[in-house]
Amino acid sequence: MASIAVSTTINGDEVDFICQPDESLLDVLRNRLGLMGAKEGCGTGDCGACSTMVDGRLVCSCLVLGAEVEGTKVETIEGMAEGGDLHPLQQKFIENAALQCGICTPGFLIAAKALLDQNPNPTETEIRFWLAGNLCRCTGYDKIVRAVQDAAAEMRGETA
Amino acid sequence: MSFDAAYHEKKLNSVGTRPLRPDGVDKVTGKARYGADFNVPGQLVARVLRSPHAHARIVNIDTSRAEAAKGVKAVVTAADFPDLTNGNAEMYAILDNCMARNKVMYDGHAVAAVAAIDAKSARDALRLIKVEYEVLPHVVDVDAAMLPDAPVLNDSVFTGGVEPTPTTPSNVCNRAEFGHGDVEAGFAKADVIIERSYKTEQTHQGYIEPHACVATCNKDGTAELWVCTQGHFVFRQNCADLLGLDASKLRVTSSEIGGGFGGKTHVWTEPVALALSRKAGRSVKLVMAREEVFRASGPTSATSIDVKLGATKDGKITAGLATLRYTGGPYPGMWAELGAMTSFACYDLENVKTVGFEVLVNRPKVAAYRAPSAPMAAFAVESAVDELAHKIGMDAVDFRIKNAAQEGSKSSYGPVYGPIGIGPTLDAAKTHAHMSAPLGPNQGRGMACGFWFNFGGQTSSNMNIGMDGTVSISVGTIDVGGSRASMALIAAEELGISYDDIKVVIGDTNTLGYNDMTDGSRGTFSSSMATVSAARNAIEVMRKRAAITWDIPEEDVYWEDGHAKAAGSKYGNLSPLSVAEIAAESGNTGGPIAGHSELIADGAGVSFATHICDVEVDPETGSTSVIRYTVIQDAGKAVHPDYVEGQYQGGAAQGIGWALNEEYIYGEDGRLQNAGFLDYRVPVCSDLPMIDTQILEIPNPNHPYGVRGVGETSIVPPLAAIANAVSNAVGVRMSHVPVSPPRILAALKAEANG
Repeated sequence: MASIAVSTTINGDEVDFICQPDESLLDVLRNRLGLMGAKEGCGTGDCGACSTMVDGRLVCSCLVLGAEVEGTKVETIEGMAEGGDLHPLQQKFIENAALQCGICTPGFLIAAKALLDQNPNPTETEIRFWLAGNLCRCTGYDKIVRAVQDAAAEMRGETA
Repeated sequence: MSFDAAYHEKKLNSVGTRPLRPDGVDKVTGKARYGADFNVPGQLVARVLRSPHAHARIVNIDTSRAEAAKGVKAVVTAADFPDLTNGNAEMYAILDNCMARNKVMYDGHAVAAVAAIDAKSARDALRLIKVEYEVLPHVVDVDAAMLPDAPVLNDSVFTGGVEPTPTTPSNVCNRAEFGHGDVEAGFAKADVIIERSYKTEQTHQGYIEPHACVATCNKDGTAELWVCTQGHFVFRQNCADLLGLDASKLRVTSSEIGGGFGGKTHVWTEPVALALSRKAGRSVKLVMAREEVFRASGPTSATSIDVKLGATKDGKITAGLATLRYTGGPYPGMWAELGAMTSFACYDLENVKTVGFEVLVNRPKVAAYRAPSAPMAAFAVESAVDELAHKIGMDAVDFRIKNAAQEGSKSSYGPVYGPIGIGPTLDAAKTHAHMSAPLGPNQGRGMACGFWFNFGGQTSSNMNIGMDGTVSISVGTIDVGGSRASMALIAAEELGISYDDIKVVIGDTNTLGYNDMTDGSRGTFSSSMATVSAARNAIEVMRKRAAITWDIPEEDVYWEDGHAKAAGSKYGNLSPLSVAEIAAESGNTGGPIAGHSELIADGAGVSFATHICDVEVDPETGSTSVIRYTVIQDAGKAVHPDYVEGQYQGGAAQGIGWALNEEYIYGEDGRLQNAGFLDYRVPVCSDLPMIDTQILEIPNPNHPYGVRGVGETSIVPPLAAIANAVSNAVGVRMSHVPVSPPRILAALKAEANG
């Protein structure tokens, strides 16, 4: 199969790559661009470990073809901290011990940021249902939910 | 140097606080490198061909077309794994599981593997391998496998543990018995006896990171393996033994690990990747797909358990008897034995007997899963205990308190207990606000107790004091969920320096002495013990260096509050020397300063927990929601309480999944029908409530800080706690886990039909 040339924007930078027509965005990110923060936990869109934003939409990058991101804006976990300063969600995940092994963490952070971008004050139930597409096997989700609540409050300017 | 590991109470500055974990930033920014996040220039990509049959003889494998395919650099089958096990049955089972030799024993059993220039070429090549099978009758159910007419998986297996040894082969590979007293005499004294049968289904650890490794075999006999594992030293030995490599020349580096829960204590594809690399002369990366993880790694046992329990009217248990049957997959294990040991461990029983049967079935080889075998035994016993309490009209907690084991009790599996936490966790449950909260319609409350042995084992640790007084520690247990932070806290406490001045790394097999597997909840218990020992050895060196600096006798220097101090009024004008001050002078006082420790961490304190949960069952659909959950567990000492709570919550969540939802579903053809996260559904965020925790601290006398392992016990009570809650909600005893909607509806229907 002939490769496809793709031009896109990743974390604000213009990026060109070539990929096979059947190659997933996740494989492109990990294998061609060295962006290995997105993880493959299942390859079938069930675990959310590969969560990525494409044009402001939360996707499982294992279910998106690399060729589909032509002309789009892609955001990955590598772009979340700005100039080395952690995003409030990243900071609150550490402070709340919301990760144990950490393999699901990049996906949770991307998904949680997508939630807070559109709903700055979600209820616990809204957080739990929004994050239901991201599997964590270590934490029982308790501290993850608290970290998201904590970050949301800080981003609303409610905490010191 | 002799090391006193005994517990001494003291005022603590660092241990018990909650600083940020040192690896946190790497893990929230995507920089941390897990098994699949590592590459070697020029590496090949490997894929494994797996059996579509539950049980079949391999008549022929033709790999010629695959070998000739474009981009393919190596193909291996069992022929590339000569038997070097010298009659060691355990190693032979590992070898056979890595690559099927004469027969495939389960759906998903590896039969061949390909290394090619890219994933597509490897995948395409698998299709070119022709395997001729002679399909054999199979059995996947534990009870069916024990029947006299069951297909026998291995005709060289004769039931062990019985006299005389049987003369016909059987799927029952071993019988193990534990207990004391006279159960028949005990039942004769009982006013009430209940006798029940229970079943639990097979579940998977469900770690989010699939098994992954990168293997490099060099022509000079050296080799390297990068792998997500719970035990790189054991992996090194296993891989070397199976492949005829020199273990000392095989360097194994453990990656960050994306969950293990016992499932990454076994080699699966690592020897295959090394064999491919040896054959191809190139590095080989092998990452399992999720489907392969379910079909061919893990899982835990499916079980069938009978319990007989008798008590007097005033609530004293007079005898307990349990017969436990555990699947081991196609190879002998010790899963039923562990179940038999743990069954009645929470109770002080005069008469107790447990018998465990290990059963071979055509399912994947069973691997450890968090307190392996204990949750199923606890489900059966704690269900029976609940029902018996109800029958004699006693509160379920009071009944357990009356029969709980305590210090000095002879455990049902043999040893006499030291200070233990079962009584205190029950007392805490009794007074917990959760216990008296009101329940609504269709809601029920359940509780249950759990036990796990915990383990110590061989451990080594190095501590280097840098020239600037900061400290670097290498440990050989892997960090499954915050243990770097715990090690740094322990070292900060011992040295009297700041947590922030300590860096902890996981040493590879060439940089540190041997360490056992990170299992048995031993990570923090054993590596912190080795870290204490290493720190005390470093302090000895620093004491000597202070003596040299001051030019006074060594015996006049003592260590206190992170400083070397001169003893006696004659040295009144000598200011105490800090770690940083001593380190700064090390070039003039004898060179670099370090402390080492190599020890066997004996005395892992046993662990107990009590869980309380409330559920609501929809009588129309049989769907269950967990609406409140409380974990009470003895930690001995919580070094970093955040991550102790995390272990409690995570274990509870896994147990809830097992209790309500998770199970391996096999078709009539013996093939696994739900090998993916969509159909094997682990709890998601919207399935669970907050999980409240209460940490009790009954110090382990055999650890300097009183630490007990905390990782495993939390998965033991939930099966029973949930089943008891559901039973109380629907008014029917649920005896088959998971208590999924179809099982609840069937039980309700059976009850309605009388």
